[in-house]
Amino acid sequence: MLKITDLKVSYGGIEAVKGISFEVPEKSIVTLIGANGAGKSTTLRSISGLVRPKSGKIEFLGEDITGKDAADIMAKGITLVPEGRRIFPDLTVLENLKIGAYLRKDDLTDDLNWIYDLFPRLKERSWQPGGTLSGGEQQMLAVGRALMSRPKLIMMDEPSLGLAPLVVRNIFDIIKEINRQGVTILLIEQNANMALKTADIGYVMETGRITMTGSGEELLANEAVKAAYLGT
Amino acid sequence: MKIKENSSLKYISILALIGAMFLIIFILEQLLPPTSMLFMVLKKGAIYSLVAVSLNLLCGFTGLFSLGHAGFMLIGAYTYAIFTIPLEARNAVYQYFDGGIINFTLPVPVALLAAGACAAVFAFLIGLPVLRLKSDYLAIATLGFAEIIRAIFQWDKLGPITNGSNVLRKFPSFSSTIFPFAVAGLCIAIIVLLINSSYGRAFKAIRDDEIAAEAMGINLAKHKQLSFTISSFFAGIGGALLAMFQTTVQAAAFKSSMTYEILLIVVIGGMGSVTGSCISSFLFIAASEWWLRFLDDETYIGSFKVPLLRSGFRKVVFSVVIMIIVLFYQRGIMGTKELSMDAIGRFFRKFKKEEDVA
Repeated sequence: MLKITDLKVSYGGIEAVKGISFEVPEKSIVTLIGANGAGKSTTLRSISGLVRPKSGKIEFLGEDITGKDAADIMAKGITLVPEGRRIFPDLTVLENLKIGAYLRKDDLTDDLNWIYDLFPRLKERSWQPGGTLSGGEQQMLAVGRALMSRPKLIMMDEPSLGLAPLVVRNIFDIIKEINRQGVTILLIEQNANMALKTADIGYVMETGRITMTGSGEELLANEAVKAAYLGT
Repeated sequence: MKIKENSSLKYISILALIGAMFLIIFILEQLLPPTSMLFMVLKKGAIYSLVAVSLNLLCGFTGLFSLGHAGFMLIGAYTYAIFTIPLEARNAVYQYFDGGIINFTLPVPVALLAAGACAAVFAFLIGLPVLRLKSDYLAIATLGFAEIIRAIFQWDKLGPITNGSNVLRKFPSFSSTIFPFAVAGLCIAIIVLLINSSYGRAFKAIRDDEIAAEAMGINLAKHKQLSFTISSFFAGIGGALLAMFQTTVQAAAFKSSMTYEILLIVVIGGMGSVTGSCISSFLFIAASEWWLRFLDDETYIGSFKVPLLRSGFRKVVFSVVIMIIVLFYQRGIMGTKELSMDAIGRFFRKFKKEEDVA
């Protein structure tokens, strides 16, 4: 569904992503794990059009989307849940969700009901400003907001960041549920344990390169991954 | 169905309130002499409400900090004046420029729209380079452009059009307070509709978090440009109304201090609150032009001269009041909230409940 070939991205003189290639098959959950500064976020940002890649090719559903504008890429069905949630704090929960569907002009009732089914908590709080929600609720709002654009592929940048273990489990359950309903998911995580347990395919990134590939279980069992990311 | 009934009830009550407001103004105009200070405050307050709400669209709702508002008001005021001075009065007005080079006049409503459109065109052109800047840099750049506009309008070479640094006068003006209320009210209503539309939501999203807004597929450049142009359109109309109110126009009056006055009104009213801007406009104008006047007059009680009261003291008190407001109401009178029928209703219900408890 999404195919990245030899992607290179640099900020000024610093090359953050040094030529990576990977694929995200349709209806799967794929995860990129790695330490801070490995280039994971940069990869997502360049896929979503927020950063222009230096070279390489990004193909989505067979179409070249390298270097296109963020709005165009989103219209094609790729949505980013940005790192640190980045919900709109002064807008109500409902307004936040409506902004997610900004590029759509059709009726939103069904989608709102779908989001409220997935996250009943958001329905209770639909008139509250987003900034008054707890961290976990804000993450739910960020995911809900992304789903409002009816994406084919949803990319999540560290959804577990700064959340309590119990809330993290809840978020990952929802990720699986969304996937079960037919949305492809590309997940970036530092919480390698949870991410690999959830994912079909995992890639390990180190200083701008992909160093390991395998199914979630394979990587979980891998000694090097265990030593570097799982702390066992 | 219940929601629908509520909203139609809301519209009816808003319409009734507006009707009542115009009726009160009408009755007041029959009772009080037209030179009464009250009318002056109401007229100028209405005009400043429009200008403040248009600036609030930019600062409070889109998060773009612009200090160029006086420049766009100037463009509006001049456009209106230039195109409405009656032909027979042109020789007297343009006495140094052989009656000027424009030899037609526009009807007042058309000239008002032209005033807005002209300001909007300038804003669009200025916005192309300037809106790439952020926060403080944007403020400085727009301030610079406003000063440049003022200098250009005073330029002698443009005298046949702008009358140089001389006063433009003798253009049609209004006598009834209802006129500025109607025009400003209509414009503010349009701005409110815009804010409540999906464009308004996008503006607020940009204000809250530019990166997230971009990730949601909102085209930042396009929406900033849109907000800047629309805001300036209404600033232009506000400038034209101000010209009508003053009956004369001179570029020298549209200094950056006028922008600061408006910005102050927006901050006091609350960034992101339309009703806050309106309320604080009237309070600001009433306080600066009317209520605090006595501070400028030397007053004697018997043979005792009240200390401190002398010309200029009003400004001192006024500054102190503003400092107090900024210190204790950092988000302004209204914050980002709106004064609505619901809010008033809630307030009274709460009040009643407390009464019951007592």
